[in-house]
Amino acid sequence: MSAPTGVVDEALVWLNDPLTWTEPGGVLELAGEHLYMTVVAVAAAAAVAIPVGAWLGHSGRGAGLVVWLTNASRAMPTLGIILLLAATGLFGNTATVIAAAFFAVPVLLVNTYEGVRGADPDARDAARGMGMSGGRILLQVELPLATTLVSAGLRTTIVQVVATIPLAALVGGGGLGQIIALGMGTQRYGEVLAGGVVVAVLCLAIDGVLAIGQRLATPAPLRVSAR
Amino acid sequence: MPGNPWFSWSYVVDNAPVLWQRTVEHAGITIEAVAISAAIAIPLGALISRYRWLSGPVLGTTAVLYTVPSLALFAMLTPALGIGRAPVLVGLVVYALLIILRNTVAGLATVDPAVLDAARGLGYGPGRTLVQVAMPSALPSIIAGLRLATVSSVALVTVGVVVGFGGLGQIMFQGFRNNSYRAEIMTATLATILLALVLDLALWAAGRALTPWLRRRTA
Repeated sequence: MSAPTGVVDEALVWLNDPLTWTEPGGVLELAGEHLYMTVVAVAAAAAVAIPVGAWLGHSGRGAGLVVWLTNASRAMPTLGIILLLAATGLFGNTATVIAAAFFAVPVLLVNTYEGVRGADPDARDAARGMGMSGGRILLQVELPLATTLVSAGLRTTIVQVVATIPLAALVGGGGLGQIIALGMGTQRYGEVLAGGVVVAVLCLAIDGVLAIGQRLATPAPLRVSAR
Repeated sequence: MPGNPWFSWSYVVDNAPVLWQRTVEHAGITIEAVAISAAIAIPLGALISRYRWLSGPVLGTTAVLYTVPSLALFAMLTPALGIGRAPVLVGLVVYALLIILRNTVAGLATVDPAVLDAARGLGYGPGRTLVQVAMPSALPSIIAGLRLATVSSVALVTVGVVVGFGGLGQIMFQGFRNNSYRAEIMTATLATILLALVLDLALWAAGRALTPWLRRRTA
């Protein structure tokens, strides 16, 4: 094992080389791939979780299912699921995106469910009194009131997916995890460190941007009560 | 594809010693990480419940650390700690920290103020109030935090393959390398889930034994 300072120097040199970023298969291209995979996984998870969560919250059914799903998903090792999907013959990237979406569903589902479920009963009553149908109550009253929780759920989900995608590199896929996996394979620990820093910074930056987005997405009257 | 079943009992029987060894390794690092994390997070939680101004910086820092992906964290720890068990252990401690800390703070925040008043009225000092009154009241929440931290740590250990110490993840990955030997990956995945459930159950039972007053209330 080389001395830590040597590794840090190597990492700095690597990060300071413009070619590291711009070459084909460089950091920028990998980051683009990483974000593309994230978008696909989050979109797939949202397409399932938000409607189902909203419907369950609206009808008040499935509380047990929601709790069970969240707990069960925590015990499942993400890597195991990715490897199992890869063993069905899927490519590394596809397997990882499916697994990331799979683990994103419970988070979004719970938040949507709780948000719709927790809508002020008085508002719901008033809407019914005005003659709104169930679907309209859900779309025009309950979901707007659930914005805070749904956007919080989206933020957690996106950050979680960005953090999961690096695992693709272990099953031969792309994304920023490749830098780490490649560095490990070739024992260039400077690149391992640099790759770790790049992934960590991306995650923290996305979380920061989303924190602002979450604030903007929350209707002003709801902001005070949030947190 | 014949000859690559999703599950094979003969695989489990033939490889029982290795499976057991990895399971023990996996359980060992999980328990050690959660124990270390609890030893840091519970006192820290008590501290920030008392000195409110500390809660922002401390919870903020742990939340930032929590956001860093496991693969990246293990990767960043290797130059300093080398390859193997150490970076995985430190990484697990870091992740468990936020979970246990949050639950400790939340648990202490819900202690009935009347009970604290009563303790003060009985002449308890702040230290004794914390240990003998506030902590037992916060115990259910702390145990919930320990359970959550344990279950997520078990799943996280598997990512340790990247630095050469993944417990059962080592077997999963070997299965993938062995031309995607499904039975091997499946067995290791199921064993990981089972380990998480067993440890969770053990903590649940310990929590039940430690809080007999809750049982009496519901009975």
